[in-house]
Amino acid sequence: MSTTKKFLYVNRKAPYGTIYALESLEVVLIGAAFEQDVSLAFLDDGVFQLTKDQKTDGIGIKNFSPTYRALGDYDVTKLYVEKESLAERGLTAEDLQEIMYEDEDDDWEEKPSLRFVTRAEMADIMADQDVVLSF
Amino acid sequence: MKIGVVISEGPYTHQAADTAYHFVKAALAGGHEVPRVFFYHDGVNVSSRLTIPPQDERHIQNNWTALAQEHEIDLVVCIAAAQRRGLLDENEANRQGKDANNIADGFRISGLGQLIEMGIQTDRLVTFGD
Repeated sequence: MSTTKKFLYVNRKAPYGTIYALESLEVVLIGAAFEQDVSLAFLDDGVFQLTKDQKTDGIGIKNFSPTYRALGDYDVTKLYVEKESLAERGLTAEDLQEIMYEDEDDDWEEKPSLRFVTRAEMADIMADQDVVLSF
Repeated sequence: MKIGVVISEGPYTHQAADTAYHFVKAALAGGHEVPRVFFYHDGVNVSSRLTIPPQDERHIQNNWTALAQEHEIDLVVCIAAAQRRGLLDENEANRQGKDANNIADGFRISGLGQLIEMGIQTDRLVTFGD
């Protein structure tokens, strides 16, 4: 399949209260095989998906948050996080996992995948996409 | 225009499957193509042929089956989401050693790749959900 489109996966829900975050991640992982131009957006309660030190033993649900750190291996390296959504929830960048990828165009230098953008910038990012899947 | 449709909420609980149904009918009537509808999250529950709503209510699964057969729409149910929620076709029931299957005519179970492929091959992707 030769067509390359810009795909944006929009994550808006907290990770365990509903299944949207997990099933979004499953689409991202399967979709990586199609070699499209993939970005992820985290806004509203979706920013909680990226928080570090998640422990889910008490609720009996699998902690899938380590998977976000593996996205670089799938060439998914653009994870846009909305600054306002973090601030509205009392979160800062320090509350989130460190997610890195190796840049093959820059001698495999390790670079951060999380890109912090304003709500206005997020709107521009969304407007620039071919396909937006919202979870 | 080629339009792909995603339904991501369950029938009756949520209006998504109804709204999508009316949207697809209107799109087809307007001369557009809808080659595929993809059912994800609780949307997979639309595909159960064991659905029995009260007689004076719409039958969402029957509506989709009829529309798909009339217009040759590919109704694809995500296999991972379906298995979590107890929806199996005959092949999967046999493979998993289950004693029943429940997928309605007109629907087929397949993978998430079908969703991505639909996004690539259509001009617009429209999601009906929350």
